Amino acid sequence: MSSDVSTRNEDTNVTRIDERRPRRIYRPATDIFEIDDKVVLETEMPGVNRDTIDITLENRVLTIRGELKERPRQGWRPVYAEYGEGDYERSFSVSEEIDQDKIDASFKNGVLRIELPKAETAKARKISVNAA
Amino acid sequence: MLSTYNGRFGWDPFADLRRMQTDMNRLFDGYATTSGAGFPAVNVYAKDDALLVTAELPGLTDDAIDITVRDDTLTIEGELTVENDNAGWHRRERGRGRFTRGVELPFRVDPDHVKASFEDGVLEIEMQRPEADKPQRIAINA
Repeated sequence: MSSDVSTRNEDTNVTRIDERRPRRIYRPATDIFEIDDKVVLETEMPGVNRDTIDITLENRVLTIRGELKERPRQGWRPVYAEYGEGDYERSFSVSEEIDQDKIDASFKNGVLRIELPKAETAKARKISVNAA
Repeated sequence: MLSTYNGRFGWDPFADLRRMQTDMNRLFDGYATTSGAGFPAVNVYAKDDALLVTAELPGLTDDAIDITVRDDTLTIEGELTVENDNAGWHRRERGRGRFTRGVELPFRVDPDHVKASFEDGVLEIEMQRPEADKPQRIAINA
């Protein structure tokens, strides 16, 4: 009888301990630079599931999130580890005024590139002084 | 007196726990410890007669990575080229330049049966032990 109960438990929708455990969150290494009238961020997110990448800009805080893509490692046992795998999350405060509608993001070879075009008002304007 | 630690000959029930904690810290400390081992950091998985080595190489392309296997040594080489070098920098954290990483494997691998894939910045190299090197079961004759 008792074995009957335990097998039924395994079959039903039981959350296993390792699924419940929160994964580690890593702070991805990031380059930030300016070209022309854009602020560009390049963030390293190797192994991330690209569908889970979430970029928000709110109150001048840019937040990047991404979840790790689970890789099938069935039958493999870990014997040596130098790095940990997990989700990614990081926030930046943006000092420039950004044109929210023109933000562009791409993901290639584990690097997320976000281009933030400066808003018209933030661009430096050259003001000519007319002689009186 | 009953004590959890009674000198160097005593049994310390917390020794294993402490060791485990140290190992875990080392694993999760990330870059602090990986810098000693070299770039890129690798993880190694094993199966009966196969090995899987993984490494994170974000920003590289397939053709910028060279993998060589000789006897029981795996070498990963490559170069992360720098773009936007004359841009106005705000923050510069990503690594760049040439790298060579050698990994000593627990056994010789067959160079003809190495499978490598590179997806979303993660390199995976699967290697097999040569047939001739596999442990043989020896029957004892009466």
